[in-house]
Amino acid sequence: MAALLDCDMGTPARPGTAGVTLEIDGMAVTVPQGTSLMRAAALAGVKVPKLCATDSLEAFGSCRLCLVEIEGRRGTPASCTTPAEPGMKVSTQTDKLAKLRRGVMELYISDHPLDCLTCAANGDCELQDMAGAVGLRDVRYGYAGENHLGQAKDESNPYFTFDPSKCILCSRCVRACEETQGTFALTIDGRGFGSKIAAGMNENFLSSECVSCGACVQACPTATLIEKNVVEMGQPEREVLTTCAYCGVGCTFVAELQGDRVVRMTPHKDGKANRGHSCVKGRFAWGYATHKDRVTKPMIRASIADPWREVSWEEAIGHAASEFRRIQGKYGRGAVGGITSSRCTNEETYLVQKLVRAAFGNNNTDTCARVCHSPTGYGLKTAFGTSAGTQDFDSVMQADLVLVIGANPTDAHPVFASRMKRRLREGARLIVADPRRIDLVRMPHVEAAHHLQLLPGTNVALIDAMAHVIATESLIDEDFVAERCETADFQSWRAFVSKPENSPEAMERITGVPAAEVRAAARLYATAGNAAIYYGLGVTEHSQGTTMVMGMANLAMATGNLGRPGVGVNPLRGQNNVQGACDMGSFPHEFTGYRHVSDGPVRAMFEAAWGVALDAEPGLRIPNMFDAALDGSFKGLYVQGEDIAQSDPNIKHVSAALAAMECVVVQDLFLNETAAYAHVFLPGASFLEKDGTFTNAERRISRVRRAVKPLSGLADWEATMALSNALGYPMHYNHPSEIMDEIARLTPGFAGVSYDLLDRAGSVQWPCNDKAPEGTPVMHIGGFARGKGRFMITQYVPTDERTGPRFPLLLTTGRILSQYNVGAQSRRTDNVVWHEEDVLEIHPHDAENRGIRDGDRVALVSRVGDTTLPARITDRVQPGVVYTTFHHPETGANVITTEYSDWATNCPEYKVTAVEVRATNRLSNWQAENSEFRRRAARIAPAAE
Amino acid sequence: MRKPGKTLAPAPFDADEVRRLAEGLKALDGALLPILHAINDRFGHVDERAVPIVADVLNLTRAEVHGVLTFYHDFRRAPAPRHVVRLCRAEACQAMGADALHAELEKACRGGPVLVEAVYCLGNCALSPAALIDGKLYGRLDVAKVLELART
Repeated sequence: MAALLDCDMGTPARPGTAGVTLEIDGMAVTVPQGTSLMRAAALAGVKVPKLCATDSLEAFGSCRLCLVEIEGRRGTPASCTTPAEPGMKVSTQTDKLAKLRRGVMELYISDHPLDCLTCAANGDCELQDMAGAVGLRDVRYGYAGENHLGQAKDESNPYFTFDPSKCILCSRCVRACEETQGTFALTIDGRGFGSKIAAGMNENFLSSECVSCGACVQACPTATLIEKNVVEMGQPEREVLTTCAYCGVGCTFVAELQGDRVVRMTPHKDGKANRGHSCVKGRFAWGYATHKDRVTKPMIRASIADPWREVSWEEAIGHAASEFRRIQGKYGRGAVGGITSSRCTNEETYLVQKLVRAAFGNNNTDTCARVCHSPTGYGLKTAFGTSAGTQDFDSVMQADLVLVIGANPTDAHPVFASRMKRRLREGARLIVADPRRIDLVRMPHVEAAHHLQLLPGTNVALIDAMAHVIATESLIDEDFVAERCETADFQSWRAFVSKPENSPEAMERITGVPAAEVRAAARLYATAGNAAIYYGLGVTEHSQGTTMVMGMANLAMATGNLGRPGVGVNPLRGQNNVQGACDMGSFPHEFTGYRHVSDGPVRAMFEAAWGVALDAEPGLRIPNMFDAALDGSFKGLYVQGEDIAQSDPNIKHVSAALAAMECVVVQDLFLNETAAYAHVFLPGASFLEKDGTFTNAERRISRVRRAVKPLSGLADWEATMALSNALGYPMHYNHPSEIMDEIARLTPGFAGVSYDLLDRAGSVQWPCNDKAPEGTPVMHIGGFARGKGRFMITQYVPTDERTGPRFPLLLTTGRILSQYNVGAQSRRTDNVVWHEEDVLEIHPHDAENRGIRDGDRVALVSRVGDTTLPARITDRVQPGVVYTTFHHPETGANVITTEYSDWATNCPEYKVTAVEVRATNRLSNWQAENSEFRRRAARIAPAAE
Repeated sequence: MRKPGKTLAPAPFDADEVRRLAEGLKALDGALLPILHAINDRFGHVDERAVPIVADVLNLTRAEVHGVLTFYHDFRRAPAPRHVVRLCRAEACQAMGADALHAELEKACRGGPVLVEAVYCLGNCALSPAALIDGKLYGRLDVAKVLELART
């Protein structure tokens, strides 16, 4: 089935305004310089037959089907590779062309299985379409000659199949792998008649360099590369345009369905975040939505020692409400709170914080952004006046230098990474600052000019050293700073970073990065032209996370790298709706749009709109809630879509806090780790089952549209509404669009946002209001949101988490391409073929000292806990540093991490934990106990009729 | 540099030597072909195990190196027998009976130390049928002549 609104123009658009006027089949058309005749024809409404051309790839000119005739010129050039010229008179349909095209088709079909009726691509095959278009009636060559039929299929990839006998060698897959994804995993093996598409060195797809992004499947015009789901189910019959629910890139997808069954998810060409591209998670790993582990009935229990009991929605909601009211009566109004989720929609998040503030009557609302990007919000707001990244993703295509700090885009933000890699192949330079040698440091066709391999926890020392070079080597953009920034703050910053103790030479002892390398990198950043910073949790999840965000903002301001495309300071948000959850007033101290709860006029506006008095005091943050629970003053918690018992640091502490509460309400797709401590379980709805919006890392608000009905009967916003009503605070919305209307009324940056606008524009980047009715792709053009940019002093203060004789190694954590965060979703898909368990990366030197061999099980021990996992010996990590992922609850990487956190926002210091590693052959005590506890806690009593 | 068509006695695979050859040539523009030639010349063929090493040195994927390697028939994928006859099968030689010569040679050389391969035009059309025998060009050939030249 052709994707929604799909009209393939054959070759990519060329930039610029229309400048070339020509005639196609007698129709005049005006196109930008460099436009192909094929695209010009498409713009004139004329379809030229084609097979190897598609508008996501540069023209190739191999299929010889798109031939045209041009008046006054000899021959029949390919329209895909011939640029339009002024005054050309082009004919796309002549007797001569018809004959040639039919002849070409005869050759293709003479070596193609004639099984159209039973072929999986039947109804969605360009070869079939073209045979029809050229009027193929017979094949003079017959079918008895040498051919490629009957070749073995490659079924190694769990999601798609490769059937070489159906291949027409158009190379679209090879080119998509190169141009769109930038992985270069495919090639043509051999030449002439012996040519065939090969993955890697003629390996199977799974063992090749393929990352299963699906670009080749998307590009294939036949059934050669096709989703196994389509093979099994047949072609989809309806489409719903929606937004992926994995990472903060926020790709636009088309959910393609048969009835209420999803057949496949395909990336939408007009999606402004992804531009038609996808990764293995969004494209293929959505099967969790119908996984057998989904819990679809509300459940309650009196104690966490009891089995669950399935009940009606009314009973579950009623029970939760009465428990929360009982707790507030007994322990005080502030004894309950709620946690919103960056996985849920803006509308759902907004409702949960509204419920906490209006129905609970306190400000004990927080969000999982607390544990990832809260320092981004605080730091960027202080420097620029807005708690958000400065650019759109398209901006990277104008960057001359990309500085990646504490982020691993090819694993965690793969679709954006593909764009970044494309720009790097075009010649942009790259600096990577990371304790670990991430793929971007050196991977095919990408090589960083500098890898600043610092020790975990020394980001601020590094950024101060870079600033020192820029300040002392006259690399400051004095005009920009004078015009755009606060002078006094700038002067004190300049004096601070210029001090000798901030020089690269002085900092070398702390960071471990050679001073000369830092100097060269700083010079490159300051002089490369457009320099853009992209960063991730390797910046924020530190005791000085906020300081580092400010340090990067300082660097960008000092070099004038703000306020235009190609530059900026850009957080790569971990989850689909981190930005949105923060925007929606999830934090205990802020209403929507980052306005403090103590701000009288703002609070008065919300009080008037919500018809209830609101607390002027900020409420508890997530870690405060845990501490208060252990103190006995916090007894009830409503957790929407977040698994705090797996994702928050020091799991034992979190578990003890949860166990001390009297009513924990978990709203989730699965009985997650937190649900083991819950008394009420409200079944959640997956992103396929509800309407709403997500806001991605570039502030882009995109629609999530309901493709199937909620398995549990209620979308999450409906459940929250019911809970609020049961608590006695009435909420009535007929549709999430009404919630967005309320948000727009109450939030200046969202004033212009409505579902009508989103349906019309596809998506929009906030601020979106009277000043910017179509949204704001790049911020701070002409001036900062706060007026003048503010330099902040960023004194390096070492973390209290130190190595010593007992814990001599530093553990840092991260994630990998095929899995996502705590893995609740991605573990329940075939993505486990790429990553079935967490492993500990350890340097050969450290491994040898401990007698550890590759694959050995090792105990990973910190002062707060220990766990056992297999070791992988690699020099990706430096000596003294170990690394693991946190995708599997059985490993429990966060049993190890400590309670240290960012000074400003309490964002946990996940990235630095002092540990020891030793060989072992047994699970840790925690693992043994926890697995038994989890088993017991997930029991569901047989339904009582 | 390399002598065209010269085929050495096969040497055992040596990863360090492959890397050394690749490192030595990687600064050239379009270094992949010169590197593959160097390996082919040094070892008599390009072993599959050389592909990831070359890919690593040039920061390419295995697939890219494999694609180029398999495109050119001149790069051997396995050690060649002691003698290689590259018989021209193009038009002029065909006209002078190269097809028949080819058939006879195939029959005569099956299983032996002489490998017969096709090549399309050696530019020696005036002296058809022509062949490269162990890298050296000869014209006006017949079966006996080829076998004699190949076995000396």
